Amino acid sequence: MQHIIKAVLLGVIVLAAAFATNFARDLSYQVSAIVIILWAGYLFIREIGKIGNAPVPAETGYMDGVVRAGVIATVFWGITGFTVGVWIAFELAFPAMNLTEWTGPYLNFGRLRPLHTSAVIFAFGGNALIATSFYVVQRTSAARLFGGNLAWFVFWGYQLFIVLAALSYVLGASQSREYAEPEWYIDLWLTIVWVAYLMVFAGTIYKRKEPHIYVANWFYLAFIITIAMLHIVNNLAVPVSIFGSKSVSLFSGVQDAMTQWWYGHNAVGFFLTAGFLGMMYYFVPKQANRPVFSYKLSIVHFWALIFLYIWAGPHHLHYTALPDWAQTLGMVMSIILWMPSWGGMINGLMTLSGAWDKLRTDAVLRIMVVSIAFYGMSTFEGPMMAIKAVNSLSHYTDWTIGHVHSGALGWNGMISFGALYFLVPRLWFRERLYSMKLVNYHFWLATIGIVLYASSMWVSGIMEGLMWREVDAQGFLVNAFSDTVVAKYSLLIIRGTGGLFYLTGALIMAYNLRMTMVGAGDATPIKASAAVPAE
Amino acid sequence: MAKKPVEKQEVETTGHEWDGIQEFNNPLPRWWLWTTYACIIWGIGYVIAYPAIPLPGGATPGLLGYSSRGEVAADIAAIDAMNAPLVARINELDLTEIATDDLVGGEADGFAYNGGQAVFQTFCAQCHGAGANGFVGYPSLIDDDWIWGGTIEDIHTTISYGIRHETNLDTRISEMPAFGEFLSKEEIGDIVEYVGSLSGINGAVATEENEMLFLDNCAACHMDDGTGDRFAGAPNLTDAIWLYGSDVETLTHTVTFARAGVMPAWEGRLSESQIRQAAVYIHSLGGGE
Repeated sequence: MQHIIKAVLLGVIVLAAAFATNFARDLSYQVSAIVIILWAGYLFIREIGKIGNAPVPAETGYMDGVVRAGVIATVFWGITGFTVGVWIAFELAFPAMNLTEWTGPYLNFGRLRPLHTSAVIFAFGGNALIATSFYVVQRTSAARLFGGNLAWFVFWGYQLFIVLAALSYVLGASQSREYAEPEWYIDLWLTIVWVAYLMVFAGTIYKRKEPHIYVANWFYLAFIITIAMLHIVNNLAVPVSIFGSKSVSLFSGVQDAMTQWWYGHNAVGFFLTAGFLGMMYYFVPKQANRPVFSYKLSIVHFWALIFLYIWAGPHHLHYTALPDWAQTLGMVMSIILWMPSWGGMINGLMTLSGAWDKLRTDAVLRIMVVSIAFYGMSTFEGPMMAIKAVNSLSHYTDWTIGHVHSGALGWNGMISFGALYFLVPRLWFRERLYSMKLVNYHFWLATIGIVLYASSMWVSGIMEGLMWREVDAQGFLVNAFSDTVVAKYSLLIIRGTGGLFYLTGALIMAYNLRMTMVGAGDATPIKASAAVPAE
Repeated sequence: MAKKPVEKQEVETTGHEWDGIQEFNNPLPRWWLWTTYACIIWGIGYVIAYPAIPLPGGATPGLLGYSSRGEVAADIAAIDAMNAPLVARINELDLTEIATDDLVGGEADGFAYNGGQAVFQTFCAQCHGAGANGFVGYPSLIDDDWIWGGTIEDIHTTISYGIRHETNLDTRISEMPAFGEFLSKEEIGDIVEYVGSLSGINGAVATEENEMLFLDNCAACHMDDGTGDRFAGAPNLTDAIWLYGSDVETLTHTVTFARAGVMPAWEGRLSESQIRQAAVYIHSLGGGE
């Protein structure tokens, strides 16, 4: 009966999408509808095949299949996102790489840039967060994921969101809201997926067998709830047509800008900080095999971080039409946020006290430590750049790009790599990773890549800022914008090279993880046994 | 810091355990706590000093009386006050006298030239290029080929009122007809052939037939000899400088559909002295007459 209901539902979706394909007003919408037909059509046929089958007995033990899928998706989207990033980095230095003559507008910087940011933040980072949160919440709650196959819906629904978003950018549909580019129908779909994610996660915590909720889960939960709120409010929009991509935001003018940066900054705060702190709070103590440094600190910095981050958005709009009082708010809250952010760094690094010697032998732990160091550096740099005087130099320059990448490559990327190296042997029942030597290569390539990236962007950004504001004795601007573009040419090439290093490291990781999964080399299989919740 | 023995470092844990993870009950690091307090106190001070608390009727202005707009206005006012005598001088001089004036003239260090360059780099370079060399559809300003005239007065007029800027009453207007509407393809081909022959491009050859077509249709603006008419904004067709290109395909397109590039009028957006400065700068680039 259940299969019949599902099949009917999926059939309706296929039909609706077929109508939408026919009436589509633009290419992006049409392609989205075709993707939905294929997706729902495949599931429809699968459900039809199941009708009449005896009900499958419910599985027990931890639900790790979806985590395994998430690990693979994380690696796949990571490589994709890094590759696009390297490509567009070189597009800036060599505009011919836009390939406009051969591919028209489809691969130009304007379209690939959101593809890159969404691929690394939402596809790579998002899958890493979903996969690790599913793994962590089960282990630390001693409970199987809540909601049966709902976790699989979250996983595949999220992949569909990524594919629809990526296609829409390349085909020219965008809300033009940074990190919130997907148009209205993709936003609606993500909302459904996200609510399901919240249900799975919160449900698992609810049925936990441990008396207390572990700190990692506070952070994951804060991330899931806040992202839901941010996503819904920032994407409030009226579609121009039910059969077209275009929509019009509910906000206008400076209110629109403020809503966008309230969203944008908290995407950083809750997606890339709170969520990944959740990751850090599980994998670092596990890998180091040490207790967390301070329970008190984790409580205080958690609540301080959650309370303060949400106010910091206006610092993206210094010296704009935003009223001065709001700029003050953004700046002051950003600076007070400095120490609460560093609470996470202290708790992460100090967890290693008494185990520092492990850094010599354990490259995975080294990757995690470097990620925490970059976390500390970028959460210092952020408040500093929120100071209006600093911001008047740094805003709109490459310094901002360098800042987000020392956070994204250094913190988010490295802690995810650490988690992946931790998870793969355990999820595929291997004694150890295929090759620790390759982990070491990855560590160095990634670290050098980040250093090249961040330092070239510092130089380039500060140079741009100084050139833009340079006036002569009579008060005239000295440089044209194009002068600054010429001046940073070599720095753009260094930046792209840094990205290439980082990508190469990630490719080595993908190979290493793949060999671990198939059980090659050192990665000998241990006696396969499904993990069971501890009593 | 001296390395403490591991045993002494072990404070009590909270007694909780999740999947093997325990938590120490370490106190908050002192320096962390005090830095947090310092940041909060600094924040309170900043909120008192600067515009901060939104209230009905406006936000608290702060003790310093600072505002972003006020800061910009003060910066601009200071520069304006400093340059006021120079600006007044530029406005009172005849356009032709500015470049050689003792007070504001001179290249590279002159007020008029520098100001013109700044205006150019900010507002003109997007279309005409940072070096004023132009692009397809955007005239080069460094050669001696001028569609609307290259004296400093001509340049000043063009900057002030723009070209085909519909909302400006004094804008320069010329409308080349789209000959595709009333000539056949063969006739347009003949005209393109004749135009090519004027400067000896495309291997084109003038014949009586295509010359007649040119004289009937084009000469009213471009003149009988094809040298153009600056009053009508009709380009010279006999030199090697082409705004949209000189190959047969492009010329055919130009004759068939006509061209009507637009340049904005800067009157009202730039001050009179800025426009004058820009005129001085552009006039000095090499092509000024």
